[in-house]
Amino acid sequence: MKRYIDAAAVTASPALSRRRFLTVTTLGGAGFVVGCGQREQAPAAAAVPASAAAEPAPQPISLETLNAFVRIGSDDTVTAVVKHLDKGQGVTTGLPSIVAEEMDADWSQMRFEFAPADAQKYANLFFGVQGTGGSTAIANSWMQYRTAAAGARAMLVDAAAKRWSVPAAEITVAAGVVSHPSGQSARFGELAADAAGESPPDAPTLKAPEDFKLLGTHLRRIDSVAKTDGSAQYTIDTDLPDMKVALVAHSPRFGGRVGAFDATAAQAVEGVSEVVEVPTGVAVIADSFWSARKGRDALKIEWDDSDAELRGTEEILADFRDLATTPGATASDGGDVDATLADASQVVELTFEAPFLAHATMEPMDCVVRLDESGCDIWTGSQLQTVDQQVASAVAGVPLGNVRVNTLFAGGSFGRRAVANSDYIAEAVAVARASRSGAPVKLIWTREDDFTSGHFRPMSLHVMRAGIDAIGQPVGWSHRIVTQSILSGTPFEGLISNGVDPSTVEGAANLPYAVKQLQVDVHTPRIGVPVLWWRSVGHTQNGWVTEVMIDQLAHAAKADPVDYRLGLLETHPRHRAVLQRAAAAANWSAPAPEGRFRGVAVHESFSSFVAQVAEISVDSVGRLKVHRVFCAVDCGFAINPDVVRAQMEGGIGMGLGAFLREGVTFSEGQVLSNNYHLYRPLRINEMPEVEVYIVNSGEAPTGVGEPGLPPIAPAVTNAIFAATGQLITTLPLGDQLSAG
Amino acid sequence: MKVEFSVNGEPRTVDVPGDKPVLWVVREDLKLTASKFGCGIGQCGACTVLLDGNMTRSCGLPVSAVAGREITTLEGADDAVAKAVRDAWRALDVVQCGYCQSGQMMSAIALLRSNPSPDNAAIDAAMSGNLCRCATYQRIRKAIHQAAGELGGAA
Ligand code: FES
Ligand code: FES
Repeated sequence: MKRYIDAAAVTASPALSRRRFLTVTTLGGAGFVVGCGQREQAPAAAAVPASAAAEPAPQPISLETLNAFVRIGSDDTVTAVVKHLDKGQGVTTGLPSIVAEEMDADWSQMRFEFAPADAQKYANLFFGVQGTGGSTAIANSWMQYRTAAAGARAMLVDAAAKRWSVPAAEITVAAGVVSHPSGQSARFGELAADAAGESPPDAPTLKAPEDFKLLGTHLRRIDSVAKTDGSAQYTIDTDLPDMKVALVAHSPRFGGRVGAFDATAAQAVEGVSEVVEVPTGVAVIADSFWSARKGRDALKIEWDDSDAELRGTEEILADFRDLATTPGATASDGGDVDATLADASQVVELTFEAPFLAHATMEPMDCVVRLDESGCDIWTGSQLQTVDQQVASAVAGVPLGNVRVNTLFAGGSFGRRAVANSDYIAEAVAVARASRSGAPVKLIWTREDDFTSGHFRPMSLHVMRAGIDAIGQPVGWSHRIVTQSILSGTPFEGLISNGVDPSTVEGAANLPYAVKQLQVDVHTPRIGVPVLWWRSVGHTQNGWVTEVMIDQLAHAAKADPVDYRLGLLETHPRHRAVLQRAAAAANWSAPAPEGRFRGVAVHESFSSFVAQVAEISVDSVGRLKVHRVFCAVDCGFAINPDVVRAQMEGGIGMGLGAFLREGVTFSEGQVLSNNYHLYRPLRINEMPEVEVYIVNSGEAPTGVGEPGLPPIAPAVTNAIFAATGQLITTLPLGDQLSAG
Repeated sequence: MKVEFSVNGEPRTVDVPGDKPVLWVVREDLKLTASKFGCGIGQCGACTVLLDGNMTRSCGLPVSAVAGREITTLEGADDAVAKAVRDAWRALDVVQCGYCQSGQMMSAIALLRSNPSPDNAAIDAAMSGNLCRCATYQRIRKAIHQAAGELGGAA
């Protein structure tokens, strides 16, 4: 998402330079103005201890706000205000660790809280609005949080200098203690109130990376404690006085509407208090999930399908195939590739098909809304706070400034909670508004709702042709993509240029290999299925097809797949370095262990570089086992190597599940795979042993949430080819190996 | 209907429809929210609790069926096995989004009580009913081995 939202940031908001950032944070927001000395009760529930051993506070704690990102408690805690959603990727550890480093705090005193919706203070600097995605959380925050923390440290030092009447330059800070050679010392908490009265420095000095003590080491995740004792609060756990639970019956087809409905039986269900129509369906409001569920089951609804998408996946794919016979909008102009391929010594032609995919987050979509005279409060795992706030404001009919978004842990997202129309949040607000009781409402989507109500990774068709010359060098590469546009029809539509939605061609139009003529074009037909970014977006399919194609060219050239790639990556040192590291880890130059076969892939996404070698076997009845995956990643400076490893493991597991079995199929416009027995993500018995190697390029940190995913499907596809000679060009794999 | 049963060692009485699943009774009526809703059909394991010490998916278990019986949720899991599991989960930073992890840990606790030194195959067999969309599986395996070692089983 980064690249095209970058462009939005330019128009949507003034670019925040580091200098300007301090101005904004110190002058912009009344609630957080430095030096106001405002004392607040500690938000104990939101501030999660970094260590299980943290002592309970004996007396009321006051919190001093040093700037928009740093608060210090009288109990000596340092709270990093986290502007991003944590959906598992570890940003509630990553951002506090940046703050701890620049402040010279002790890791055990660090806490975090999620920031409120406030685009002025908490915008993603790459997006211009507050939001999390595109693996940008650390990258965009890196200098911002360092600067804020260094400023807070300077304020503590200034406060100590005044208190002790010593020059600030003689003061040192280590592990949360401010000291002077005279023997004076104070903990952060003791200085916090005075520090809040100091002026923030214009340009605080940042540490040199070689002086980092915490960053680059394995700091324990702050959220591990709350997530292993049941205290972590997700949207579904939110409990407000008099709160009701709502379920909404949606049209079984996208674009369908309520024609008529009879709520008599639903109203009669014990615990059901109201049945109301909302734009997306019919809502049953009850005193518990179970009553709402039974009430919804008892609804009789006639759906109006006059505007509904009535095709199935087979029909849509047939339309894709027709479209692929004509040129699409050009994303990379390769000149007369046809003529070049006509002269090539060998040409490889392949057609790939990748299905719709569901995010299938373990926590289904959910949102709590309270509407009252003070405005609209929302509790949800908000991934695009600014957008969610605007949508809620419009649906609730409440001024923007009176819409408060309370961000909670999300039980996974993978892109699902960043929706341009805030679909389920808008629905929750609509239900709360339609309710006559005025009670707060918790909207819960059941798993069936989650699987059938849309926002899928788009299906895609890829027609590819590439030719090599007599010495095996690629001379022409033509790649035609047919898929839906994610950006079309959203506020981000302006980023589509010359008919090309950049998310459809990322990882394809910027092919890193030295190919003389690169032709990439794309068709983006309008289809009535809502689509969305899914962990690594266009790279999910483009990484797969390009890395299988290059492997097939290596095969045609009778070259080693690693050597062949390296020879075509001379101007791409970061690709080369991860490829060489993964190959070395897998002992690529030696034969695979008996009965095992290997495949390799390398792909850049979201400015990080990942190579993977998959080691597999296929038994006599066609059962695939992925035994080991050797993964090398260059994400610039790895601020927490263990979180980087975890994200690589997760990306590999999710990508492997998609490769093996995942696909959303429709028949007559209705989704068939409506729960986990039909849509089947990876399970533990299929998880390979993953070894992760971090290649430090010395670059600034980039994301890791998504980039671990794209290489696994092509690495396994290439390994299957090595094992069996069968080339998988249609996903998911399903039973294709046993059918052969 | 009124149902009396024990939750985390304490006697509890609820007055709810008898077909209401134990998952929603503990979450909504008893305010114990560690156990999560993931699928409602026994396919994901997010709702896993112990029923008289045995691993059970609570999303399809009517509360009327547990009258007089003992339910343990993550909040109340505090014996030596549970402690070892929790410690290992934290030491290895198993969690990502964390949503599945209450269910994972309850399944792991049940496994280690019946098999103090499971190998990978036994872990895979016992844990394959618990989905983790974040794919923390490799760390779950390691954490179970580590907890087993801590408890004196062969790691
Ligand atoms: S919620 Fe019970 S198994 Fe999924
Ligand atoms: S940690 Fe996210 S689903 Fe398991």
